[in-house]
Amino acid sequence: MELIQQLVNGISLGSIYALIALGYTMVYGIVKLINFAHGDVFMVGAFVGFYSITVLHIPFVLSLILAMAVCAIFGVLIERIAYKPLRNATRIAALITAIGVSLLIEYGFIYVRGAQPEAYPGDVLPEHAIHIFGAKINSQSLLILGVSVALMIILQFIVHKTKIGKAMRAVSFDAEAAQLMGINVDRTISATFAIGSALAGAAGVIFGVYYIKIEPLMGVIPGLKAFVAAVLGGIGILPGAMVGGLLLGVIESLVSAFGYSLWRDGAAFVVLILILIFLPSGLFGKYKREKV
Amino acid sequence: MKKRKLAGIFLSLSLSAGVMAGCGAASTGGSGGKETIKVGANLELSGGVASYGQSIAEGLQLGLDEINKKGIKGKKIKLVKVDNKSEAAEATNGAVKLVSQDKVAAVIGAATSTNTLAQVQIAQSNKVPLVTPTGTNPDITNKDGKVNDYVFRTCFIDPFQGTVAANFATDKLKTSKAAVFIDSASDYSKGLASAFKSAYKKNGGSIVAEEAYVAKDTDFRATLTRLKAAKPDFIFLPGYYEEVGLIIKQAREIGITAPFMGGDGWDSPKLVEIAGPEALNNTYITNHYSSGDPDKKIQDFVNAFKKKYKGKSPDAFSALGYDTAYYLADAIKRSGDASPEKIAKALAKTKDLSLVSGKLTLDKKHDPIKSASILEYKDGKQEFNTKINP
Repeated sequence: MELIQQLVNGISLGSIYALIALGYTMVYGIVKLINFAHGDVFMVGAFVGFYSITVLHIPFVLSLILAMAVCAIFGVLIERIAYKPLRNATRIAALITAIGVSLLIEYGFIYVRGAQPEAYPGDVLPEHAIHIFGAKINSQSLLILGVSVALMIILQFIVHKTKIGKAMRAVSFDAEAAQLMGINVDRTISATFAIGSALAGAAGVIFGVYYIKIEPLMGVIPGLKAFVAAVLGGIGILPGAMVGGLLLGVIESLVSAFGYSLWRDGAAFVVLILILIFLPSGLFGKYKREKV
Repeated sequence: MKKRKLAGIFLSLSLSAGVMAGCGAASTGGSGGKETIKVGANLELSGGVASYGQSIAEGLQLGLDEINKKGIKGKKIKLVKVDNKSEAAEATNGAVKLVSQDKVAAVIGAATSTNTLAQVQIAQSNKVPLVTPTGTNPDITNKDGKVNDYVFRTCFIDPFQGTVAANFATDKLKTSKAAVFIDSASDYSKGLASAFKSAYKKNGGSIVAEEAYVAKDTDFRATLTRLKAAKPDFIFLPGYYEEVGLIIKQAREIGITAPFMGGDGWDSPKLVEIAGPEALNNTYITNHYSSGDPDKKIQDFVNAFKKKYKGKSPDAFSALGYDTAYYLADAIKRSGDASPEKIAKALAKTKDLSLVSGKLTLDKKHDPIKSASILEYKDGKQEFNTKINP
């Protein structure tokens, strides 16, 4: 019974990782860039949601959409200003820039509003406890899981059934060839950043409602965990990010359940190292040779 | 070769900084003739526990305003504030700046034990008194039997707080199976927990579970589920309000109904915002004072504070900040020429000084002997429960 409760705990934690990992993995899939600023877009989303609920008094769903919209624009701006000029530079240059952008957002935000935490109002969403097999499930954790799964399905649909999705897949396969075929690569990449950042924004608002406390450095650890989740599932693969996130959440909960709560974060990174050693392309990835 | 050169430059720079710091401390001694006495405040004005630092700063300012109306022998106290961003490394930097650049006569701060401990060495080696309003860890004033002769505090210490909580849990709440949930990165949390455990066992209770978390965690459900399985009838949670708020909220969600108790680290309006008033029912804290205490000195302070800060009710941090101003002013008055060394000697000899948080007498270890209040949360409001004398 305790074990079922722990699984429930793990899945609700993992859903948040999954939601952030989806955006991570998308951006990586298209531009082969590990966007370290993704966790900070998540933070910005949480704050946009917070201010629209407490200052503008907008209902939850509209706040969620507003946060997603603001983050989408923010993500495109980051791409245009910081990453686009480095499109043809080495990957390490882009990676270092991403770290710089991440720090800039974090400390820029602290400079503007201070580092003190905020608490989401407690009555944003109704809470019910649902009892299944002796485990207590919070209705909000079901909501998070539901939103994650729904967004993943919508993403899959966008990527596989729409024109922009086709363009994304083409750019991810070979950007130069795609350009020759008349695809606007810049616009496709911007769209990818917009969608990925909107997902991070949604995750931020949901995180705020579920965990109440938000602060300017809140994106750092979830961002890293989402990265681990993306690698675990196979970076660049959408269902992989979803499964990776959930799996990571469950692993962390089980580590705590066996009394090693202080090793929880460590366990996540041990998983990363093990995956990189034994399954470098992740659980869902196919092994393929890098072109030289 | 290059490395060695760099190391050389670094070494010489740090040496010269040390020499300069030494000069600074020496020259403050001679600044007795000026009109103002500079006092530094190294507080958590932003960051994880900003609520503490800001409350202390407000109380401190109110106290100094009152003191400066009359002045101390015609001199006024000027406060130099430094924000340590709730980080130990920043606290150290801040202390160095106050001591060597601003050449203050004394430093007030920090709010938390960890950030105060980070400044102890600087106060000791520069011979400038350091007074923490709320750092409750015993090691601050004396470590391994050796008293830090330039470090003082206005509050009581952790072993006292932990013992009071244990006695309250066994005598008043009639519990016998306690669990302890600590912040493994905090000296404060560990200090309180170890005092609680030994006192609780001495009272005949047993500790059925011990778990730990790391500050900045947000999901405690897994560990709490484990705690719940141990079936404690009392949970001691000595931590700071950010995590405590989340822990209590999540604990009530997964169905833990046992009373929680903590120390002064809970005392912040943010705690109620984060946990929600309902989840906080059946929780208690030991604290330095209660604004609901009918004592006249306390009510006068509460009214003056409300007048200055637009109706805001002072918490224990504000009260201790206010008390620290008077504690320091009293020592400066008795010190003669207001040099850091003489102030330190006067601080150590403080006896029966009447303050908002009780009568203050310093013992040989530089720890005040004072009373503790126990407060209960009822629908998000702190209610005065009992006062316990040492």
